[in-house]
Amino acid sequence: MSEPVRFHFDVAGDNFASAGEASVKVKKLLRQLSMDPETIRRVSIAMYEGEINMVIHANGGTADVILYPDRIQIVLSDTGPGIKDVSLAMQEGYSTAKDNVRSLGFGAGMGLPNMKRYTDRMQIESEVGKGTTVTMEVFLPEAAR
Amino acid sequence: MTAKQLRERLELQLLSEPDPDRDVTGGYAGDLLSWVMGRAQSGDAWVTIMTNRNIVAVAALADPACVIVAEDSVVEPDVIALACEKGINLYRSSRTSFDLCCSIGSLLGV
Ligand SMILES: Nc1ncnc2c1ncn2[C@@H]1O[C@H](COP(=O)(O)OP(=O)(O)O)[C@@H](O)[C@H]1O
Ligand SMILES: [Mg+2]
Repeated sequence: MSEPVRFHFDVAGDNFASAGEASVKVKKLLRQLSMDPETIRRVSIAMYEGEINMVIHANGGTADVILYPDRIQIVLSDTGPGIKDVSLAMQEGYSTAKDNVRSLGFGAGMGLPNMKRYTDRMQIESEVGKGTTVTMEVFLPEAAR
Repeated sequence: MTAKQLRERLELQLLSEPDPDRDVTGGYAGDLLSWVMGRAQSGDAWVTIMTNRNIVAVAALADPACVIVAEDSVVEPDVIALACEKGINLYRSSRTSFDLCCSIGSLLGV
């Protein structure tokens, strides 16, 4: 067995303008690997939401994308404030985003629900004051394995 | 209908058109980026009043056929350049989102 392919990104916390760059890069990389468009769409949208969350809520973090033969795993890790009530945060429309963030079109409270919707598995580990790690997995369609 | 044809029919201002032959298959209106990201379909004409750089990332990921900025909302040159670089058709109009959507709907026969 060869090692799975891995991509690592540092996501800057202070830059709204470039937020989403890692996700757009991943989309391009997956395209070059001829992954099917629906899988690419799901992975990149889920990753974008997670990336934006790290920028808005956690002052940045890291993103790792790991390509297994049967699935793509996305791990987003930050050392931000953490999420006190994860099930509340998961509700559509729930957001603690500030007005300056909202005026940019973020803070709809749809990020985590979108991430859940677009992936097959999602796990949130979060500790207040320590940080948050979100792990998501998208299974590849049978034909692509 | 292609993005270029849609632009011509609606007399939209051309900001960036790296993919003129992209097929437009539907439409979506929205300004909340996560909402758009989750709901817009690949091939939609996306109508919005948002013009910050993040619309390019959202378009690159959600894959609409074009982005139409309504009500002559100001688009900075760096956003136009970025759209061009990322292969995003970007247009602009003085009309409202509602107005544009009505026209897109009747052009597409939806
Ligand atoms: N990485 C994170 N660190 C700290 N809090 C987070 C993080 N991700 C999400 N949250 C919290 O969960 C809420 C809901 O997230 P989300 O559904 O993406 O909506 P939004 O980002 O639009 O507020 C956020 O408003 C925030 O309070
Ligand atoms: Mg969010």
